[in-house]
Amino acid sequence: MNFDYVIIGSGISGCSIAYNLANKGIKRIAVIDKNYLTSGSTGRCGAGVRQQWGTKMNCMLAKASIEFFEKAQETLNYQGDIEFSQAGYLILAVTDEEDRDFEKNVLLQQSLGIPSQKLNKLEAQKIVPHLNIDIIKSATFCPTDGHLNPFAMTDAYYQAAIKLGVKFFFKEEVIDIIVRNDKIEKVITKNNEFITNNVINAAGGYAKTIGDMVGIDIPVYPERHEILVTEPIEKIQGPMVMSFNKNIYCQQVPHGSFIMGRTNPYELPGFSINSSWGFLDEMSKTLCEILPAVGNLRVIRQWAGLYTMSPDRQPIISDSKLKGFYLACGFSGHGFMFAPMTGLLLSEIILNEELSIDINELHINRFNHKQVFAYEKSVV
Amino acid sequence: MNKENIIICRCEDISLENIEKIFAMGYLDIEVIKRILRIGMGPCQGNTCGQLLQRELSNYLKVKMEDIKPLTSRPLVVGVKLKDINEGAEHEL
Repeated sequence: MNFDYVIIGSGISGCSIAYNLANKGIKRIAVIDKNYLTSGSTGRCGAGVRQQWGTKMNCMLAKASIEFFEKAQETLNYQGDIEFSQAGYLILAVTDEEDRDFEKNVLLQQSLGIPSQKLNKLEAQKIVPHLNIDIIKSATFCPTDGHLNPFAMTDAYYQAAIKLGVKFFFKEEVIDIIVRNDKIEKVITKNNEFITNNVINAAGGYAKTIGDMVGIDIPVYPERHEILVTEPIEKIQGPMVMSFNKNIYCQQVPHGSFIMGRTNPYELPGFSINSSWGFLDEMSKTLCEILPAVGNLRVIRQWAGLYTMSPDRQPIISDSKLKGFYLACGFSGHGFMFAPMTGLLLSEIILNEELSIDINELHINRFNHKQVFAYEKSVV
Repeated sequence: MNKENIIICRCEDISLENIEKIFAMGYLDIEVIKRILRIGMGPCQGNTCGQLLQRELSNYLKVKMEDIKPLTSRPLVVGVKLKDINEGAEHEL
């Protein structure tokens, strides 16, 4: 099979890249995945979308992506419901250091047109009445952050891409990529060969594995993050409640259930996506401290997915020293919410167009030069 | 009986009509069907609907039921309150 572009990974990044390329008139695009649509990190994520970041790049990618989500249903002409709801993110400052950092973050966000604001304890309590305000110094709130259904949003890109002629191949695990004289020749999967000169690495947790096949060392690693969902109840909480210090994010989704997760600081790099009892212990402890009323809900199910961590916790969206090999990886847990810009910007890079946002800082070269532009601290 | 009234997943209220419609749209991977329809995601964790979905999909694809992989089993087996887990954890210390 011959293709002009082969995209590895059918998560939201791969589907968005496919849609954006096809939308610019590119034909003969294949998306291949070792498993099924959204089987990796996208389908396992916390379903939140936010603009309250600590680095300028992340703020700009997030803001432009939210603007896309606001009209995605119509733009992609999707028959289902992407369940986009903008009830905000309430980010808790627990320590004095966070209180000071968030002051700076809000100034940065506001300078980029993001409508976030600093709140005192009582203002925070008005937004989430069952919040335990005894443990916080202050909070920040951005009303246009919110929730989006990861399966539906990816399905919307998938269906739109199919209509534009993109071909999808599932259960096709890439086992090798053949490069000859600095030129990509083909992608070999367990069952097939895809003849192509252009490969886009959107393989999420497996991005480094794919890079190694063509001799491009991508400094990212996969890390398990666990998550759970409760039984559904009537609407009691609008925004996502998040604390970096307490290590929790927790949101009631339109379905009525609560989704919550945390980072295990002792987690080692690896591909495991098993669930652990330790996660339930730690999660319930933090949850009962911060949102005690939610403790009355039953846990229905737990699962896990991979964050693909980059050295500065910012994504890599760029070409590479191998002609025809492009990267969209290292999102460090936030590939879902940046996907509209990932797809748009990478399609612009591939087609040599003027970039909608200058993302020179997100080039993989930044790690060669040991040139650290910024480090994102706002990560759970 | 009207297929709209034949309930496959009671937790998430998914009918036979819903799943036949999604088959016809070309969604034939049991895990993708679960994610799009929410079938099997309710409090019973797919204990009832999982097998019904497997059977309907095997009929549609004209393959044996055992050739359709069942939905992934995930913990917990029964719902447990977060505060009970928290209290239990404290007890262990």
